[in-house]
Amino acid sequence: MDKTVNNKAWFLVLPVLVLVAFSAVIPLMTVVNYSVQDTFGNNVFFWAGLEWFKDLLSSDRMWNALGRQLAFSTIIIAIEIPLGIFVALHMPKRGFWASVVLVLMSLPLLIPWNVVGTIWQIFGRVDIGLLGYVLDAIGIDYNYTQNTFHAWATVIVMDVWHWTSLVALLAYAGLQSIPDAYYQAAKIDQASRWKVFRYIELPKMAGVLMIAILLRFMDSFMIYTEPFVVTGGGPGNATTFLSIDLVKMALGQFDLGPAAAFSLMYFLVILLISWVFYTIMTNLDKRG
Amino acid sequence: MAKITLENLAHSYLPNPQSQDDYALKQLDHDWDDGAAYALLGSSGCGKSTLLNIISGLLVPSQGRILFDGQDVTRAPTAERNIAQVFQFPVVYDTMTVHDNLAFPLRNRGRDEAYVAERVNEIAQMIGMEHMLSRKARGLTADAKQKISLGRGMVRKDVNALLFDEPLTVIDPHMKWELRTQLKKLHQDFGHTMIYVTHDQTEALTFADKVVVMYDGRVVQIGTPEELFERPEHTFVGYFIGSPGMNLLPAKIDGNQALVPGGTVALTQGYGPLAGNIQIGVRPEYIRLSRDEGLPVTIRRIEDVGRHKIIRADLMGHEINIIAPEDQQITPDMTRAAFDPAHINVYADDWRVTGR
Repeated sequence: MDKTVNNKAWFLVLPVLVLVAFSAVIPLMTVVNYSVQDTFGNNVFFWAGLEWFKDLLSSDRMWNALGRQLAFSTIIIAIEIPLGIFVALHMPKRGFWASVVLVLMSLPLLIPWNVVGTIWQIFGRVDIGLLGYVLDAIGIDYNYTQNTFHAWATVIVMDVWHWTSLVALLAYAGLQSIPDAYYQAAKIDQASRWKVFRYIELPKMAGVLMIAILLRFMDSFMIYTEPFVVTGGGPGNATTFLSIDLVKMALGQFDLGPAAAFSLMYFLVILLISWVFYTIMTNLDKRG
Repeated sequence: MAKITLENLAHSYLPNPQSQDDYALKQLDHDWDDGAAYALLGSSGCGKSTLLNIISGLLVPSQGRILFDGQDVTRAPTAERNIAQVFQFPVVYDTMTVHDNLAFPLRNRGRDEAYVAERVNEIAQMIGMEHMLSRKARGLTADAKQKISLGRGMVRKDVNALLFDEPLTVIDPHMKWELRTQLKKLHQDFGHTMIYVTHDQTEALTFADKVVVMYDGRVVQIGTPEELFERPEHTFVGYFIGSPGMNLLPAKIDGNQALVPGGTVALTQGYGPLAGNIQIGVRPEYIRLSRDEGLPVTIRRIEDVGRHKIIRADLMGHEINIIAPEDQQITPDMTRAAFDPAHINVYADDWRVTGR
């Protein structure tokens, strides 16, 4: 087949190329550039090779932050996915209350992230916050600024409060797409409630649940604003997740080289895990 | 197996039905005899599926009672009624194998595995899927999925009744014929009470001992295929059964004569004074095209369907259809249509009236 040669086409995609270059390619390359150099200020750079990468890979700081990050993502996914499914199963299927519940469920998703952080930061204060005050009043010595466990619990509950709605809404959409005939047939077949869930609802939700897990993973892996507003990464480094650590390194200490190497590795981890998810999802689709 | 009795049954999907029009299923009394095969025939939206779902317990009727062998089950859940039902669109459990799908109703009732395996193999043979038992049900064709649904319906031997809600709609014509034959054989072998919902008259007439015709939420006639053909109780039955349906002409009845547009028609019976909208109905099979007897008609069109010819004609502004034998020569001078008096039915306000 003969191809039509028309070089004007290049001209037409040029605006997009320029946009992408300025918004993604050039910043990324700048980071790559920083990651192999050292500077002492005044825009004077010295070649450092892979030294920053080696340093970081042998430093406890990054491994600890990565460990905390993975623990955080795992815990919130382990809570939000089952809880979201549970909520979706109990939401009204149709009628007036279905709309009311849908609106209520979307509310947390509409609140800006730093506001979510502020809400919980005040909510948890022992002197003026409702949660902190009540916990204190019933005899629990609750203090998220000093107790590591309390800080973690607060950050996790906050994330669950903020994002379970998303999982529930996705699961709800999956449930709504199941024709009534399936439930009727299950009744005729005398299937128990558990079997209806296991053999009808869960398989029909599998697709949206994979998307929910992927979204929750990526979002929680990049989490910055909310824990930063509530705990500022403390007490100590207890809630210093990857992005908080990265910002500290890059803007707090102004260690441009190590921070650049850090963010490149951070990027590669997200890319790798997303690729794994993507592969699983496309395989699911093929089977379906 | 059980005799199913419907008493004063009616159903409306509205919370406060006001008039008759609000009822999807109008008041109905009927006995479904133990071990008989019924077809429930009617156009879409006439209440067939509603009636079926009430019998299987998926719906609780607004009024009336349902009895299984004299025992009231109106409010009993589906599980207690021990009924099998197959739906219009295939329902399979995607993540299970074909074998597990067929075994599902038995396992849920705690039958032992040896019995389950035996029944599953029998059913698999019947629906022709014994070679794919170990395959996952996901990704099968609609045909195959519906065969699994049918199989799941038939796998239990002890059901009170087997209900089919237009189960063969998605199946291709050749397989349709085969499955219908197998259903009939199953009925002869085990004598389950079967109710088969369909809007396809051929399906209804070939499957059932008795056909229940529904129209606008009402059962208009219950009868053998022959009764439905010869003596439709309601003009809808005349119109719905037969291809083409029964011809209806406005008439005035005077003793044993009917005055219709274009002349008079002799009847074999006499009728008393009738009130309402009076019509006579005669099937196209019982009208003969002729040169010199009967009512004057104008032929509009002749359709040759192979085994006979369908003549579309006009009788004083009323369309009538005539079926002529394949070998009959139709000539331009055949301008009259003769009705066979023995097969004319008289209707007052759409319901058949019997003569004296």
